[in-house]
Amino acid sequence: MPLIDVPLIDVQSLERTFVRRKRAGAVRRTTETVRAVHDLSFGIEAGEMVGYIGPNGAGKSTTIKMLTGILVPTSGRVTVAGLEPQRDRVELARRIGVVFGQRTTLWWDLPLRDSFDLLQKIYRTDPARHRENLDRFLELLDLHELLDTPVRQLSLGQRMRGDIVAALLHDPEILYLDEPTIGLDVVSKGRLREFLRALNKERGTTLLLTTHDLQDIEALCDRVIVIDHGTAVYDGDLAGLHQRGGSTRTLVVDLVDEAPPIDVPGATTRRVEGPRQWLSFPADASAAPLVAAVAAAYDVADLSIQEPAIEDVIRELYSGPPR
Amino acid sequence: MADALVLTRRYVDIASLWVRAAWVYRTSFVTLVVANGLLTGLDAVAIFIMFSQLDQLGGFSLHEVALLYGASSIGLGIADTLIGSVERIGEHIRTGRLDQMLTKPLPLLLQVCADQFTLRRLGRITQASIVFAWAATYVDWTPARAGVAVLMVLSGGALFFGLFVMFSCIQFVTKDATEFSNAFTYGGATLTQYPLTIFPRELMRSLTFVVPVAFVNWYPCLYLLGRDDPWGMPSWLQFCSPLAAGAMVGVALLVWRTSVRHYTSTGS
Amino acid sequence: MSLGLYVAVATRAFRRYSTYRAATLAGVFTNSVFGVIYSYAYLALWAANPDAGGYDKVDAVTFVWLGQALLMTVALFGGGATEDLAERIRTGDVAIDLYRPVNLIGWYLASDLGRAAYHLVSRGVAPMLVGLLLFDLTLPVSPAHAVAFAVSLPLAVTLSFAIRFLVACSAFWLLDSSGVRVATMGLSIFLSGMLLPLVLFPGALGTVAEALPFAGYVQVPADIWLGRHDGSAILLHLGFQVVWIVVLLGCCTAVLRAATRKVVVQGG
Repeated sequence: MPLIDVPLIDVQSLERTFVRRKRAGAVRRTTETVRAVHDLSFGIEAGEMVGYIGPNGAGKSTTIKMLTGILVPTSGRVTVAGLEPQRDRVELARRIGVVFGQRTTLWWDLPLRDSFDLLQKIYRTDPARHRENLDRFLELLDLHELLDTPVRQLSLGQRMRGDIVAALLHDPEILYLDEPTIGLDVVSKGRLREFLRALNKERGTTLLLTTHDLQDIEALCDRVIVIDHGTAVYDGDLAGLHQRGGSTRTLVVDLVDEAPPIDVPGATTRRVEGPRQWLSFPADASAAPLVAAVAAAYDVADLSIQEPAIEDVIRELYSGPPR
Repeated sequence: MADALVLTRRYVDIASLWVRAAWVYRTSFVTLVVANGLLTGLDAVAIFIMFSQLDQLGGFSLHEVALLYGASSIGLGIADTLIGSVERIGEHIRTGRLDQMLTKPLPLLLQVCADQFTLRRLGRITQASIVFAWAATYVDWTPARAGVAVLMVLSGGALFFGLFVMFSCIQFVTKDATEFSNAFTYGGATLTQYPLTIFPRELMRSLTFVVPVAFVNWYPCLYLLGRDDPWGMPSWLQFCSPLAAGAMVGVALLVWRTSVRHYTSTGS
Repeated sequence: MSLGLYVAVATRAFRRYSTYRAATLAGVFTNSVFGVIYSYAYLALWAANPDAGGYDKVDAVTFVWLGQALLMTVALFGGGATEDLAERIRTGDVAIDLYRPVNLIGWYLASDLGRAAYHLVSRGVAPMLVGLLLFDLTLPVSPAHAVAFAVSLPLAVTLSFAIRFLVACSAFWLLDSSGVRVATMGLSIFLSGMLLPLVLFPGALGTVAEALPFAGYVQVPADIWLGRHDGSAILLHLGFQVVWIVVLLGCCTAVLRAATRKVVVQGG
């Protein structure tokens, strides 16, 4: 019975460096030390839904690897559900589910059904529970008709859904998702987000999601950890992120006629091209009052809102030049 | 012990899935088994052709050499069937599949060995068994000899298991040099087809004490054939196959564990 | 198509294969291990029958190392430039090639010769040196023989190429050409002299074996090196290789034409 309240996922001062050997000339080799993760610390409680974002090469995959036991930290401590990922790999594996965005965990040449059957045996899930979960997930993710299709014949979206089912059949406490909506169409993305939200609500599954899609984060995550160059540069809620980063959204206004730059409080007009104008305003502010103000003062034909990209948000976090 | 049973059942679960998938393409599968048998049987054909030109090789007659060949090939075939997939580990590292296997609650070696399990390799075992059975008709069987024969085949399988696993670990470090392992695994198999009298004494000793492939078939067969050791090695070695096998498996598992640890530490 | 183009293709292939340094080293090691094993086996064979097949024991051991040296050059186990062709047939990209005004056979042959040149220089010379160091080998008996041997090498490669080309083309018609590949590999190993010198094959088997194209892979070049033929007999054997090349390349052309028709009519 733990006396101290330790988070489910507990990361402390994690370091991970890689030594890369490169050829310099015909025979000579130089070594290069890459610091993939540096002084990373955070704690995730059971039931949280956390977004883990950062530019490419920031150290996201490396962190996930250390949390799942695929990679050992160079120094620092990581504990998941009270277990050490590398030492207690097999035991921990029973309690987590992992979905890798680019590669499938399913057996490529075999029908989907076979993969699920095999997973029940591998995880030693209670057969009744497995059946129950399978039926439920198949229905929610609309995979019933694809059960007998070999995995290699599935589309990317179908495979992704299959991977998610595969990761959840054994009732894991934690679900790691690495770029799960990449390559999916809008409808599938929406369905997937709904599914994950319901999962978290019903079963309290902890979710750690790495993604480039800010809308994934907005739909799913109460909390965001931003990692850049191996270090956490932000850990808090989404609103705070926009605020901190000073990130802006853009209101694209199509006026009926050309007009001089629009002047309304709370927004800056960045660009004018004929009747179209681009206004930026703080991302954490609601667009509604702005739209009302513009519509009241000008003849508006159409409006749309552009979201900031993750990279822009993070870049602004440093208020430095783009790297 | 209970753990071992559970793991065996998991292995069988995974393997039978692959077998069922292959069975869907029945004709192709049977063709491959036969083809495998014929291809691996070429070595036996060579031995028979050799003996059309002579009566003895290194002081051993045709049926004696056939016994050696059969025993060695059965051992290799068993190992190849059960864990031959381990040779593909370089591919798994490259594709990232190894990382995925690490997220599943099963020992990594088990998953790698069961992956893409195929019964096609039974072709080798079949052809080798036929040759062995023929050669066995010339053996003066006693219960003790029968026991030694059984242990020989099992130990042979275990010895090759050790060789396969140990040398596949090279692929954690480099993906290009996989042919290097063939020198030891298939080289070891080819070598043991012949009576060790054809090799110089130093080589024979290395094959006894360094890379103990001599225990795959040579020493036990000396007992089965009722022959004194031509090199004058002590006759109790003829019962030591299980010991050699145990040592080889132990070393192989150690090398494996170290290699996996290295992989998770350097993440290459 | 100009000679310059063919040379460029060959050079590119040479360079491509030369980047696999680690694999080459590992391969040389394996070749050497097998060379050692077979050398002792043949020494024992010739000890029992000093005159077998008209060779003496030095000839026999030299034959072993020549075989190991030629193994990769002649792509005995398959592989080489025809693998690219097989892949392009598999993906369907070959359809583009069939429409181009390029001599496909010439193109791939040039590429294969480039590859063979690299393999000869690396995995041909190196094992021979190892063999020379470890065993008593014989060198070509006269400068004329050495030249004739050198001539027989590109002929052997071309022979092997033609067969491999045909095997690759089977993919135009067969969904799964692995059966054809395995069968060809078996025949190549058995009938080239790689398994056992064809001179040891008894009676009718030997006569048939020496008449088939596979004999041109290893047996014919080796026999020239060993001085088994003299004068006009050498020319006869080089002629044997040439005749089979003409016949097989003719088959390749016919097969390619049929394949083109199939692709044009059926769309691959």
